[in-house]
Formats: sequence, C-alpha cells, structure tokens
Amino acid sequence: MGRYVGTSVKRREDPRFIQGKGRYVANLSLPGMTHVAVKRSPYAHARIRGIDASAALEMEGVLRVFTGQDFKDGGCGSLPCGWLVPDTQVPDRPIVVIDRVRHVGDSVAVVVAENPYVAADAIEAIDVDYEPLPVTVDARGATDEDAVQVHEEIEGNVSYTWGLGDEEACRKAFAEADEVVELELVNQRLIPTAMEPRAAAAQWDAAAEEMTVWTTSQNPHPIRLLLSAFTLGIPESRLRVISPDVGGGFGSKIFHYPEEVIVPWVAREIGRPAKWVATRTESQQTDSHGRDHVSVARLAMKSDGTFTGLDVETWANQGAYLSTFAPLIPTALYITLLSGNYRIPGIYGKVYGTLTHTVPVDAYRGAGRPEAAYLVERLVDLAAARLGRDPLDLRRQNLIPKEDFPYQTPVAFLYDSGDYEKLMGTAAERADYAGMRAAQKQARAAGGLRGVGVVCCIEASGPAPSAVAGSLGSAVGFWESGEIRVHPTGQVSVFTGSHSHGQGHETTFAQVVAEELGVPIESVEVVHGDTGRVNFGMGTYGSRSACVGGSSLVRSAEKVRAKVLRIGAHLLEAAEEDVVYDQDEGRVHVKGAPDRGKAFGEIAFAAYTAHNLPEGMEPGLNFVSFYDPSNFTFPASSHICEVDICPETYEVGIRRYVAVDDVGKVINPMIVEGQIQGGVVQGVGQALTEAGVYSDDGDFMTPTLLEYAPPRADLLPGIEVDRIETPSPHNPLGVKGAGEMGTIAATAVVANAVLDALAPLGVTHVDMPLTPERIRNAVEAARGA
Amino acid sequence: MNHSVQITVNGESSQHDVEPRMLLCHLLRDSMGLTGTNIGCDTSQCGSCTVMLDGKAVKSCTVLAVQADGCEVTTIEGLAGGDGLHPMQQAFWDNHGLQCGFCTPGMIITAVEILNRKPDASEGEIRHGLEGNICRCTGYENIVKSVVAAGSRASD
Repeated sequence: MGRYVGTSVKRREDPRFIQGKGRYVANLSLPGMTHVAVKRSPYAHARIRGIDASAALEMEGVLRVFTGQDFKDGGCGSLPCGWLVPDTQVPDRPIVVIDRVRHVGDSVAVVVAENPYVAADAIEAIDVDYEPLPVTVDARGATDEDAVQVHEEIEGNVSYTWGLGDEEACRKAFAEADEVVELELVNQRLIPTAMEPRAAAAQWDAAAEEMTVWTTSQNPHPIRLLLSAFTLGIPESRLRVISPDVGGGFGSKIFHYPEEVIVPWVAREIGRPAKWVATRTESQQTDSHGRDHVSVARLAMKSDGTFTGLDVETWANQGAYLSTFAPLIPTALYITLLSGNYRIPGIYGKVYGTLTHTVPVDAYRGAGRPEAAYLVERLVDLAAARLGRDPLDLRRQNLIPKEDFPYQTPVAFLYDSGDYEKLMGTAAERADYAGMRAAQKQARAAGGLRGVGVVCCIEASGPAPSAVAGSLGSAVGFWESGEIRVHPTGQVSVFTGSHSHGQGHETTFAQVVAEELGVPIESVEVVHGDTGRVNFGMGTYGSRSACVGGSSLVRSAEKVRAKVLRIGAHLLEAAEEDVVYDQDEGRVHVKGAPDRGKAFGEIAFAAYTAHNLPEGMEPGLNFVSFYDPSNFTFPASSHICEVDICPETYEVGIRRYVAVDDVGKVINPMIVEGQIQGGVVQGVGQALTEAGVYSDDGDFMTPTLLEYAPPRADLLPGIEVDRIETPSPHNPLGVKGAGEMGTIAATAVVANAVLDALAPLGVTHVDMPLTPERIRNAVEAARGA
Repeated sequence: MNHSVQITVNGESSQHDVEPRMLLCHLLRDSMGLTGTNIGCDTSQCGSCTVMLDGKAVKSCTVLAVQADGCEVTTIEGLAGGDGLHPMQQAFWDNHGLQCGFCTPGMIITAVEILNRKPDASEGEIRHGLEGNICRCTGYENIVKSVVAAGSRASD
C-alpha cells in the first residue's frame, strides 16, 4: 500500500452532491433558453399518413414544430452503428422518423417552446394520423417464417449471425459425453434506469460558428465525433461537448441518441439556446435496454463430473434499430465468456442478432457477460443435480488451476491471472457454506423452502486492445488518454478521457497521480467530461477507467518524473544517474544525500522560468499519454446466497449474501466495495424484480417505475463483501475492472439459490424475474407433471 | 388563471405567481433556482425530489405549488441551516453513502425524517424507511450505514 493508492480516501466530489450543488444537465439555465419536447409514437409499428401541427403552433409560447423531413432537409444524418460484425445489415435510423414508426417511443415530431409546460401541451396538440401495422417483438419469434418484417431490406429480421469456438471439438465432446444437461432459457429485457433521466442542452454562437452541447453521456468525445462526422455535421474543431455531473449511466448513456442531435440542430435553427430533459417514461421508452436473449444450451461431461463441451445457440433481440454498440454485446462480450472459470475444451457458441419492434438493446451493466455467467452457472447447477454432486464441489473440480495462467480459452480470450480455488475457498469459508447446507437440511425437514446458491464467475473488463477491437468489428479504438499538466507553482491538473458518473474518478485518479508524483493529493485536480478541456478520450464503460484511463495517467506520470529528474539533476549539478526521485517526498535529491535536493515545486517552477534547463530541453512540464492495453483484464468472483421462499406466497427472501471478488489491485477499497455492493443489488434486481415487458402487439407495458421495479432498500438484509487480489500482470497498476463484477455474479447466484430451494418440489427451471407468480406457476406445473 | 403563492424556503420568504398545475418541485427548481432537488420520475416512485414541507419529508413532485402556499420548505441547500454540513450530510460523506449523487438530496432529507421520527431506528427500520427512495448506484448498503452512523444507536 502506498501513501494514497490502496487507501480509502474520502471522495472529493461528495461535498457538492450532498449540498445539492451537483451540475447535472437538467440544472442548466442559459439566457433566452427554449425548451424542446419530442412527440413519440404510441404504436410499435405504424405508417404515418400525416402530421397536423396547426393547433400546436397556435398555442401561446410555442415557437416551432419540426418533423422528420425538416431534420433530413436540414442536413441531419442517420444515427450510425459503431460496431459491425461481418455481414451486418444495418437498418437506417433517422433522427426523427419520416413515414414509419418502429417502436413505442420512436420520435415523430419536435416542439420548441418558451417553457416545458407549454412544450408538453403542444406535444398533446399535435395530431398524427397513424395506420397501425402488425408487429414482431420476440427475440426468436422474429426469425419465424411468418414474422412481420421490421425493415423490408433485412430479410428474416436477422441483422447478423456470429459464431465462435471450436465446432469440431464441441461435436466430439458431445459424441463422447457420459452425461449431457440441456437448458432453454430467457435472459429477460432490462431497463437500465439511471436515476437521472437523459437530457441535452445546446448553445450556438453564430459569430464564432461554434456549438456547445451539454449531454448526459458516459463518453463526450465519441459523441462529438459522431455528431461531427455523421449526424450534425459541425466540425469537431467548432463543436464542444460537455458531460458535466451525470446521474448514473450503467451503459445506457454510452450511446448516441436522437435528442443529442435534435437539441443543437434546433438551437442553431432558431438562434436561441435549447434544452430537452426526458421524463422518466421517455427514458424507459427510449434509453437503450439491456439483455433480452433466448438461448438453448447444452453442457457435456464425463461421469466423474469433468466438463468437456458446451454448445450454445442464442437469439439476441437488438430492437428496431442497431444502437451504437449493439452487435458487440451478444458477440465479443458474450460468446467469448462461455468458458466461465472452467476448463471446457469443446465450446461453440452461435448468436443471431434479431430485429423487432422494440426499443434498441445495447450495453447494460455487465453487457453480455452476465448473460454468459447466468447461462453457464445455471447449467453447472443442473449438472451437479444430474450427478448428485454438491454444486460447490463440482465447480472446484472444474476450475482453471492457478498454475495454468495465462489461460487460453477455446473462445478467444487469454485470461491474464486468477486464483479461482482460493476465491471459492474464501467465499465458502466466509459464508460457512457447510453450515449453510446443514441448516438447509434442518429447514427442509421442518417444511421450509431454503435454498443455497453458489457461483464462480468471470468478467472481461478494461476494453480493449484497439487492434483486437478493430478485428472484431469496432469502428473506433479503445485506448484512453491521460494528460498531466504541472503548473509553475507545482499544482497539478489531470485531464482524463474517462468519465465519472458515480465512480469517483476525481478521487481515485488524484490518488494515482499524487502517488506517482509524490505530491500531496490536495494539489491534484482531476478534469473530465469536457471536450473543450480534455484533448480526447474514449469514456467510461466496460469497467475500463482504472485499467485503461488509470494506466494512461501512470504513463504520463512516468514522463513527468523523467523530466523532473533531469531538471533536478541539472539544478543540483549532478549526473542523472547520481540523483533519485523520492516518490514519498516529491523531491529529487542526490543519492545518499537527502539534504541535497530540490522539491517538486521548485523544479516545476524552473521548468517554466526556463532560465536554467539542461542543454536542448524544451520548457514546460506537461505530458499526454495514449494508453492502449495489451489485453482485457479478467476479474473473477465467487458469491454465495442463502434464500427462504415462503411456502404460501412464494415470495423470495434473501437471508444472507456473501460476495468475494478478485478485481486485482485496489486503488480505493471504499470505492471498490461500493461498486461491488451496487453491482450486486442491480444483479439481484434482474433475478427477482425487474423486467422490461412488451405485449405481443408491441405495447410497452413497463413505462414507469410503477411497473418496472428496481430494488429498494429492503430487498436485501445487507451484503458481506470480501476480496482476494491477483494483480493483472499487464497494466502498470495491476488493476482489473470493478464496476460490473457484482452484477454478473448476483443474478446467477440468486437464481441458483431460488432453484435450489425449489428442487425438492421438482422444479428445475424458472425464467427470471423470479416473482411469486412465476414460482407458483412453476411449482403447480411440477405438481401436475 | 394564475395564483399567488407565499412560501418560505430555507428561511427566506418569497411570493410567486404560478399556474395552478405547477408542481412544487418545478417552483423550487425553475422559479427559485434551487436545483439541488432533483426529479427522477413522473409517478412519485423515486423520491429524488424529497424536501421538508412544514417539517415533514414529502415528494415535491406530489405537491402542487399552490398547496405549499403559506408553508415552510427546507431543501437540501438549506438543510444545514448555515455554513457547514448537517450531521446527515456529513454521515453520507464519511460512509460513502452516494455515488452519482442524483438521488442523494432526496435520500438525505428522507434519512433526516427517519431519525426525526425515531432517533434510535434499527437497521431494519431504516431500510423500511428508505423504501420510497430509489438509488441505482449504491445498493443502499452504504446509505443504510450512513443513517445508522447519524442515528443515536451509533453512539451506544
């Protein structure tokens, strides 16, 4: 542990949040600001025969109404997709539709008004003549022969097909298997539900021809790139995108959305600042959703429990259009994780990305990896039941041993480091697994429905080596930039391309830089989320900020130290090899003579006065690094959960939850624990309470928080968090991602616990969320069988 | 027809001419610039907009501005009642009771109400009391810890 790295420094961003001084986009107020509202489709699929905005335009305070044709004629391009696997068919996605809506919430018209109340009234007053059309909503049903076409040009509603693995080895494993377990499951659609609804604001400076856009984004630089090159057409040099404080993202704020184009376009068109703030219902209807898979999977094994093969076929619902990174999620972030933490020689996975009349589906916390973990971990429990083995014991038998790292899976990934045996052992000990099983026996004998779930899960975090991403379909690189600007006084400004929307970068990155330079943390300020201040960046998702963003700062700090050392040696009239950089003190001094030294601040000042620098050295003390990781990092976790199901109501009650994670080296334990806890509860939400639902005719049944149920404070009795550390060998901090591990493991472990509780009743599978109604239906079906 | 509303917010009295349909949360945010009160939903489910109305925690999206006529309101900006932090604000900071910060003002006001009603509230009672406020980041673990720390049980 260093002076700062490895310690729970209290968050430096908190004072503004706890005092109500958060700088969220919705709080922005500019002189002369107008308010934008979007008319949205109530139909999943309809032809627009006409739009009559005359009544709206007559209302006092209504400035303009725009339709799809206006945006097209005004130079707006369609929203692009930034990840294309081979032969992807990309449907056109206009900013505002012209003649056809394809999901509830699709944008139809735009109102600009003097205040939000008037804008909302005007939306109601616009009369749209729809001709409703038949729909398709189901991930797999979309490929049926008689399914309605979502886009005429994309036959069979399959946007892409992608397979990975060793088909031959997989076939052989099943041919030679002693036992095969099989499972058909639905990984239900989720709505990310960041507490801050999306928002955008814009101001056009006509004299300078410069646009400023404020948006609730996890990655303002890529949004600027997309706005500039595809949708808005203003050069990047004249376009500033600011994502100030953002109230949670969980993936949903990665993507380029229509409103980010509508608002600046309108601001320029009418010559006044404009703002749009989503209602919760608009967010539910239009934020990209998560998950939504239908899968058929088989696991092959030997009679002694050795896993030999895994065969998976998945239909991934992509919604009506391809969201910015949609095809990445069920391909390179899903099939690649099917090996889990186990040695399975013969794996093959195939996915169909299908189009339906639903809101687009893209990354949501975990993004592909929870889908893989849930599928693998459910299969392993079925295998244990088939063999009459303890589920923890069977997992241990098949774990990748510590000495096999780096471990090459049959599905492309090279796991960097891990100690899964120790991980599971720690979880078992912490939870008193044996005691839990003994108590379960007693509870069952007394007529209770007690279940114990155990999982071991893997994640690929910290995307990504850019060349690898490019070969898999990415249109962009996944490096990160980090700039350290040492001011003449020795104060330090850090500019990171990562973006914090709750992760605490202002604290964590200050810890890293203060540690690396040996300066007090108070003298380090972290800047992010503004393309006008940060040179470039790829943003925050995929648990990448510490791994990639943090590493870029370490690289810049190394450059700062090297120059400080050279200047220091010069000022001390010593040879470079005769001085040392003391990182504890932030001083350069002569080896063996700590008194003969120069403080960091003195050297910084000298770098800028430039009165006495080494021959040929440029003045200044400012370095930028672009860090491109050589691999993903591979965090792992073992979680254990104990549940009781009420035998009368079938309500699931969590008795205990133990989470042991390995996220490599930890910079700030308090923040990492917070990430794990928050992730766990989101994962439990998928298992027990959350589902984004469309009716068969495409109606959106979960448009508010009355129907969609994120966990509340009383869902869990508390979470017991522990960790082990196997440092990642390939980044300078030794860190692995911490943001998603909790979510990945939690869904699977709660599902396993519930199914374990139901096992004596003959229930082997229930699709999530595991609500009392679904459990009761499964129990009754099993009784009737 | 607009109505005149006399309201005392964070100790300062002011008069506003409002539409009958205007919500208290909009009066606070849009007319008074008190943007610490965040709006997270349309159905009074999330609790982000919770403020104190005559000493009781209410969701300010469920109150019409005209209903607050003659009332005293405390928002997150006025909770500490001067410089420095309210003990509950301090407890949230000390215990990492927030991540993105969006639900935090409402969460802190609700937490104050929980302890106002029962200063020695147990962890279970605190979880129950927080049920009307949604946090998507923290998993509630450190929020509960914060409220426990601010309560009288912490000093037992």
